[in-house]
Amino acid sequence: MRSSWTALLILGLCYVFAVACGSSNDGTSKHAGHVLPVIGEREVVNGDTVYHTIGDWSFYRQDSALVTEDMLAGTPYVVDFFFTSCPTICPRVTQNMLRLEEHFRGTHPELKLISFTIDPKRDSVGHLRNYSRNLGVETADRWWFLTGDKAALYGIADDYFSVAMESTDPASGGFDHSGRILFVDGQGQVRAFANGTDAAEVNDLIEDIEGFLNDSANRG
Amino acid sequence: MVALLLALGGVLLYGCDQRTYIQGERIYEYKCANCHMSSGEGLLGNIPPLAGADWLQRRRGDIACIIRYGYRDSIIVNGIRYGAPMAGHPELSNTEITNVANYILTAWYNSYEPMSPQEVTASLVACEDWEKVTLEPQDSLGMLIAH
Repeated sequence: MRSSWTALLILGLCYVFAVACGSSNDGTSKHAGHVLPVIGEREVVNGDTVYHTIGDWSFYRQDSALVTEDMLAGTPYVVDFFFTSCPTICPRVTQNMLRLEEHFRGTHPELKLISFTIDPKRDSVGHLRNYSRNLGVETADRWWFLTGDKAALYGIADDYFSVAMESTDPASGGFDHSGRILFVDGQGQVRAFANGTDAAEVNDLIEDIEGFLNDSANRG
Repeated sequence: MVALLLALGGVLLYGCDQRTYIQGERIYEYKCANCHMSSGEGLLGNIPPLAGADWLQRRRGDIACIIRYGYRDSIIVNGIRYGAPMAGHPELSNTEITNVANYILTAWYNSYEPMSPQEVTASLVACEDWEKVTLEPQDSLGMLIAH
């Protein structure tokens, strides 16, 4: 009798062990499909709903060209805010931007990637060019690295709902920012975003963007 | 019976903690993984990898020093030159540096020889003069004295 209780106990403990040490199954991701909301405040003007759209901007690209928001009319793109000397979250976000670039390179070359620096003092055009070339971005065709007026850069970060501000905490490298990656449609409206440091969230974002771009109703 | 339970408890604990350098891994995730990534792959062209890095073997004696004091010069890893400076971690003790170094030396299929605390201490004594070079404030951002 005593030995059968012991056997039971051992079996029970083995079960606990298996549960405690087994790999967790986090389930399948909820896929929102291609119907993405327009993010931001909206107002109704004469019976029409007016959605938040990204305001005008002009910045210098890594190839020295002065580029503007107008040049992206009709072009879907993803955005992040970073700085090249960042000792905190930026490398992870850039890593996920690289994944996005690789994922869509073949299937949706129309998707552009825009990386705004929030440290224009240090991140000159030349600095951004080196950084982007090191990442394997040979031309400024699909992935733009932008620098320019600091106040304008911080203002545009607000417009993209991506918080950026100077910080006195030395661990931040001088700046706090959210690390978001945002998806903007061809009409300049933010449609989806993810925490750019979180690979699983970025996977969901990739699915959302893919569904959106594959839907012919969203083209043009 | 009590002995049996204790023994089983021990097996349970041991079984769940098969990874060798637990503290090293924790420190790595907190202090290193933002740049070198949890996978040890670094950031293409800009931040050197640690997984499979020949540097760990070639410059073994500098591993503890670079963790404590950071690095300002460019560095060549697996034939590729990287120019971004690395922040030092003067807040880590010799033991913590040993643990994180040993995590790096053995994680991601790295199979470099782990370091004894004596080897780490000897390295750190040899590079004591790195301190005055590296711990100077670099500029307004204080990048190299971060953390």
